[in-house]
Amino acid sequence: MIKRNQLILGDKSLKDITDDICAPVETLPGKGWVGLFLTAKTMLIFYMITLGMVMAYGMGLLGVNHPIAWGTMIVTFVFWIGIGHAGTLISAILFLFRQKWRTSVARTAEAMTVFAVMTAGLFPLLHTGRPWLDFWLFPYPNQRGPLWVNFRSPLLWDVFAVSTYATVSIIFWYIGMVPDFATIKDRAKNKIRKQIYGILSLGWRGTARNWSHYEILYLLLAGLSTPLVLSVHTIVSFDFAVAGLPGWHTTIFPPYFVAGAIFSGFAMVVTLMTLVRIGFPQFKDYITIDHMEVMNKIIMTTGLMVGYAYAAEFFIAWYSGNQYERFVFVNRAFGPYGWAYWVMVSCNVIIPQIFWFRWARRTIPVMFVVSIFVNIGMWFERFVITVTSLHRDFLPSNWGMYAWSFWDGAVLFGSFGMFLTLFLLYLRVFPAISIAEIKPVMNVGRDDQDGKHGGH
Amino acid sequence: MSRKVGGIAGIFLEETQVLVAARKIREMGFLKFEAISPYPVHGMEEACGISRSSIPYVTFVAGLFGCSFGLWLTWWTSVVDWPINVGGKPLFSLPAFIPIVFELTVLFAALSSVAALVYHCRLPHHNPPDIDPDLTSHKFAIYVPEDDKGYDAAQLTKILNELGASEVKKVAEY
Repeated sequence: MIKRNQLILGDKSLKDITDDICAPVETLPGKGWVGLFLTAKTMLIFYMITLGMVMAYGMGLLGVNHPIAWGTMIVTFVFWIGIGHAGTLISAILFLFRQKWRTSVARTAEAMTVFAVMTAGLFPLLHTGRPWLDFWLFPYPNQRGPLWVNFRSPLLWDVFAVSTYATVSIIFWYIGMVPDFATIKDRAKNKIRKQIYGILSLGWRGTARNWSHYEILYLLLAGLSTPLVLSVHTIVSFDFAVAGLPGWHTTIFPPYFVAGAIFSGFAMVVTLMTLVRIGFPQFKDYITIDHMEVMNKIIMTTGLMVGYAYAAEFFIAWYSGNQYERFVFVNRAFGPYGWAYWVMVSCNVIIPQIFWFRWARRTIPVMFVVSIFVNIGMWFERFVITVTSLHRDFLPSNWGMYAWSFWDGAVLFGSFGMFLTLFLLYLRVFPAISIAEIKPVMNVGRDDQDGKHGGH
Repeated sequence: MSRKVGGIAGIFLEETQVLVAARKIREMGFLKFEAISPYPVHGMEEACGISRSSIPYVTFVAGLFGCSFGLWLTWWTSVVDWPINVGGKPLFSLPAFIPIVFELTVLFAALSSVAALVYHCRLPHHNPPDIDPDLTSHKFAIYVPEDDKGYDAAQLTKILNELGASEVKKVAEY
């Protein structure tokens, strides 16, 4: 029989697992965390000022103008929404496929999803230019007719897709944490902590009847989230694909966007997990090199899918015989924005190829650097799709360049402040690994069963 | 509901012991007993004789409702209440409405399933009485309430001890 590697190292007992995972919640933060948090919070304050300026002065502060009406905000929206997809893939799709290794990273990946969707959600709301009227996006009986929203518009599909995705992701994440909140409550020596986690745990006690309902609910939510996550990036791709613009109007977009989303999301998971392993050394027994290797394999696979999509797009542009379509793709690679295209190709297709080597998949500094490159590459992918298609379309008199301004950079930079602030807070107030889910898989790959625990 | 019900509880340290104990207590004819564990124990439902959760039916009906609501909303607003010709498309443009219908199906199904869990598990219940704080960390328990048929504290203490309980204690309220 082929031996399985242990999912959790160090022959932990049930109590050790509880102690290890609850430790960050129950102890005061160290210097490293405080340093990172202050940095992230400064970025967040900078972001709030930036967004305040953009709201007060209007969208004209950013480089969006004719002919490039969609710029940084839409590019960065698609970027952050894509990041979120890996979290749902890990928590829902890998759950349905019975991938036990997912347990160690699922909670943090879901947190990443929730925060990435929150970060992303702001952009289209602000990009309307009049964010104080954003409630008009929802169909509600109103005094303007009632004038209803246009259900035939992909932008409205996005409103439904992203808000449903945010709601269901938050619920899925929260329900997963309820038993762990009860654990923290029961361990709490401090009265205030007991009250707060008591409220969060909803009074969970872990009776067999409750677990029976709970497991079914978890399965159902996983089943519902799976088509949901695929639909969300499909609908995001419809924002482009339904338009008649060459470079956007292609049928490959839904699978191409979903693969890209999973690719970028896993890169972000690897970036964050390498940092979590440094910050909380006790988590190295739970998030092992084996876990990181599996994720790096997924990065390489989805990277190849994305590379295939780039090639297929180019081939179809030539094969279609449509001169406008051909021109857009030649212009993408060799026009004034050619540098962005080649940044995208090198970061997304060439650099991840290093993961063919086992040592690269299992070396923390290598995977950290690759994951950063993939994040950069995936931001550029959305930039290439959005900006290069718009900047030269049918009429040469209608051509132009994106007037990138300081504020474009500020919005992009600041959004990381929002995401990292939320994520760092999460690491200290919520159990970062699912305590109740990791215990049933703690014996996977263990040689010595003592005859006590059931083998798996 | 408000009447305090106590009972007797045996605390176990091993998953296998609590499974055996749950089966034994059930075979003795107790109906209202509870097995408490820090994580879902494989095979516990069979050992306790718990039937499959009814939440999937709620999910199905709610999903069906969300789907119909989505169809009705898009149809009524686009065809009945304020018909507008958008790009020469039919007033009822079903393919364009599918994303809305799908998202509403998922939203209603998910929210109702969670509501069903809250209802079935009688949540939220702020800091309910507990037997032992370690039951959410590394210990397991079998609890038999005193209003269960055939309750006999002395006999239960003896049996729970025989089943390997590390501790048997009287619970004032659970």
